[in-house]
Amino acid sequence: MAVTALAASETRRVPIRLRKLEDERWLALVLLMPTAVLLGLFIAYPFAEGVLLSLSSAKVGDPGEFVGLANFAKLWDDNIFWTSVWNTFWYTGVTTVFKLGLGLWLAMLLNRHFKGKAIVRAFILLPFIIPTVLSTFAWKWMFDPTFSVINWTLFKVGLIHARINWLGDSDLAMASIMVVNIWRGVPFFAISLLAGLQTISPELNEAAAIDGARPWNRFWYVTWPLLLPVTMVVMLFSVIQTFADFQLVYVMTGGGPANATHLFATYAYQIGIVSGLLSQGAAVSLAMFPFLFVIVVVQLLYIRRVETR
Amino acid sequence: MAEVSLHSLNKYFDTTHVVKNVDLQIRDKEFMVFVGPSGCGKTTTLRMIAGLEAISSGEIRIDNTVVNAVPPMDRDIAMVFQNYALYPHMSVASNMAFGLKMRKFEKAEIERRIKRAADILGIENLLDRKPRQLSGGQRQRVALGRAIVRDPKVFLFDEPLSNLDAKLRVQMRVELKKLHERLAVTSVYVTHDQVEAMTLGDRVVVMKDGIVQQVGEPLELYNRPANRFVAGFIGSPAMNFADVTLADGNGRVTAEAQGLKISLPDALASRARSKAGRKATLGIRPEDIRVANPGDSADHCFEAEVEVVEQLGSEILLDTRVGPALMAASIDPESKVRAHDKLRLVLNPARLHLFDAETEAAI
Amino acid sequence: MIEGALWRKWVFAYLPLILFVIVLLFPFYWMIITSFRPDGELYRPWNAVNNMPFWTNKPTWEHFTYLFEETNFGRWMFNTMFIAATSTLISLFCGVLAGYALARLNFPWAGSLGTLIFITYLVPQTLLFIPLAEIIRDFRLGDTPWSLILTYPTFLIPFCTWLMMGYFKAIPKELEECARIDGASRWKAMLFIVIPVALPGILSSGIIAFTLSWNEFIYALVFLSSPDEKTVAVGVTSELIRGDVFFWGSLMAGALLGSIPVAIVYSFFVEHYVSGLTGSVKG
Repeated sequence: MAVTALAASETRRVPIRLRKLEDERWLALVLLMPTAVLLGLFIAYPFAEGVLLSLSSAKVGDPGEFVGLANFAKLWDDNIFWTSVWNTFWYTGVTTVFKLGLGLWLAMLLNRHFKGKAIVRAFILLPFIIPTVLSTFAWKWMFDPTFSVINWTLFKVGLIHARINWLGDSDLAMASIMVVNIWRGVPFFAISLLAGLQTISPELNEAAAIDGARPWNRFWYVTWPLLLPVTMVVMLFSVIQTFADFQLVYVMTGGGPANATHLFATYAYQIGIVSGLLSQGAAVSLAMFPFLFVIVVVQLLYIRRVETR
Repeated sequence: MAEVSLHSLNKYFDTTHVVKNVDLQIRDKEFMVFVGPSGCGKTTTLRMIAGLEAISSGEIRIDNTVVNAVPPMDRDIAMVFQNYALYPHMSVASNMAFGLKMRKFEKAEIERRIKRAADILGIENLLDRKPRQLSGGQRQRVALGRAIVRDPKVFLFDEPLSNLDAKLRVQMRVELKKLHERLAVTSVYVTHDQVEAMTLGDRVVVMKDGIVQQVGEPLELYNRPANRFVAGFIGSPAMNFADVTLADGNGRVTAEAQGLKISLPDALASRARSKAGRKATLGIRPEDIRVANPGDSADHCFEAEVEVVEQLGSEILLDTRVGPALMAASIDPESKVRAHDKLRLVLNPARLHLFDAETEAAI
Repeated sequence: MIEGALWRKWVFAYLPLILFVIVLLFPFYWMIITSFRPDGELYRPWNAVNNMPFWTNKPTWEHFTYLFEETNFGRWMFNTMFIAATSTLISLFCGVLAGYALARLNFPWAGSLGTLIFITYLVPQTLLFIPLAEIIRDFRLGDTPWSLILTYPTFLIPFCTWLMMGYFKAIPKELEECARIDGASRWKAMLFIVIPVALPGILSSGIIAFTLSWNEFIYALVFLSSPDEKTVAVGVTSELIRGDVFFWGSLMAGALLGSIPVAIVYSFFVEHYVSGLTGSVKG
């Protein structure tokens, strides 16, 4: 009896709950709930925890105590930290310029009809698809001081006579890392910009040609302005990913030689995880936040201006 | 078997008042057409009947039940959309079956109903196709079929013919009319095309700026428009309007403008007499003007200069100038008229319309 | 298209394109050739006389057998696959629902929530890994696949949501209105009409999410410690490098095998991948 009564009340209650889902606000609440829980638990909470951590003296196995801005004060006097800041900006700036230039070039090359275009496009994206750490190992092997295939090639061509220690010199090491980042980023730029190019009607370029515009002028006055919105969004994503990069440096140099190639993320890992100074490491990676924030806001404002123009 | 009644219906989008105090009784089995220019609130009203828009204030009853809070799925209505809204991932048969499956009909019954609807619409051979394999007219039929199988209390149509080309539109209009006669289900039909409204509707609602201008049978709207807007909107080619001054002298009421002096017939005169000396708008349809014979009374004649002659075969459409006013006239196709001719035209006094200059209401 | 002479086409189009393709694909060739070379050939100084770096006449499986016999490589592959698949499914589930709500439903704060999702989309993993490691430890998830399955959605969900919003917005509203009039509740209209129609979009987000989580490194590096729990990228990094000694042959073999599942998934769904990728930057 009790069971049937329960069952009866269940069947009556279900429609009421469904009714509630007919109200857009309730439905939205239900649909957003899983996302809110996961993002709250693993983004918002860690962020708050990170701020608290950076204001404490916590180490591995030691909860520590509140020390105010002491960690940040320490960073202020830390030469390696300032090297990482400079490296991060230099790395992001240089690679972005190259990725944009080469990516745009490749996109224009692909934006014409030729046999096997689909295959070429599919293969070109491979560097972007293959797990970064794994492909970076291939590069590290290519840059190996003793067994470098790059050195071999340059030697055979006659460009060098002695070996180049790619990852042993701080400037060369940085340049090598940049090469890998550009190699991995160009396909993403190219494919995204290609999609942008394909939305530009060829009639526009033909009209400009009939109006007497040379190829460079056609690019500068027709193609580029129309491509700008897509370009800006692609840049936004790329800049953030590059600014916060970790994998390339970790595999290629581990921050070396002599801490010369650290970025924010690798230095934070070095201090926070390898040395176990959690609070100090949290302070380093949090220090990335204001810079990132400014970059994102500036770019978003610019994108809005470009799009409403 | 269902009546639909709208009672003091209002709709606001934020602060814009798009449907204003609509009161309407749609009778059982009636084919009611909402017509008006775009943005007049007709589609919003239809969507409120469907339950797709919330009602800001007022009441909607279907079959004498207030449905304000009833979600669309429980209103037992069917709707045909302008873009057909066929489910692209389902075959024609599944499209038609969807509503029945949602209502947990038995499989045999679903099949029986699909077969019947397909039979009525002549789409038996399309049942296994996907919507993208169909032409515009076929999609339209499937959309209709999807509504028919449901056997709903009310059919709602949201400009269902406007995506079809002109020829197909006329053909589907006829079929819709036959279909309604056969199924006899209360129908609400929204269109901006007054020809569709006149030909399909048992009654027609003319709306403008969210306000119902007039409700009536098609001929009633044509013959006795309630105001200047309805007069201009219903009928093709559109009614001529001339700004006139009313005058009362020698026992007759006349409407006068430069180059125009028309005596009003008795019934109209008695209503207009009190407004003598005031401004008004005179309305006359092109089909109520013809070339004057010598015997016609001077009271209803005027001189006009022909500007454009459009030979349509069944009639000649003249664009003429009378003083400062433009006046279109539809005349006998055999007439020999050329541009820049000066003509003497006569109008049918029984078909004169007069509208108040300020309120625009019919006098 | 404005075309010129044939030699111009070669100089300005085909030649640069061929160069691009060679440079972009060479590291993979190098990966493959290395993983099949015997150690004797591998460790030959770059300027040795009889060095022939681009080919080998004595291909060997020894690096692959080393992987499977001396390390837990099979286990790493399984871990990576399991983690990537599960976190992708979770993210798709959340992202599709949230994307639908943000694209279709009217509710207070809908606009600001959309912006918030976009901002979390921009949060890099390296910003939060240290406090997250603490939280993972507090939740007792450390060194389990769940530490990654639950944290990967933090960057996958915003991505899926953002992409799905675009796909949902492109579906005519009338479809689900019609379904609702046909007798479906909002929930059922979403389930039976909108989601099936958005299937290509779901596939695109799913594939990209899968490659993204396969690619993730720093969380895996920090949260996992025992050899049995590691993912391919972490396992290869930590077990095939002993101090200064790199087991290059096995490293490359591992990198090759670790890339193959992603490459296969990608090759089957190139068009979906590309449309998702370009959809994600359209905003």
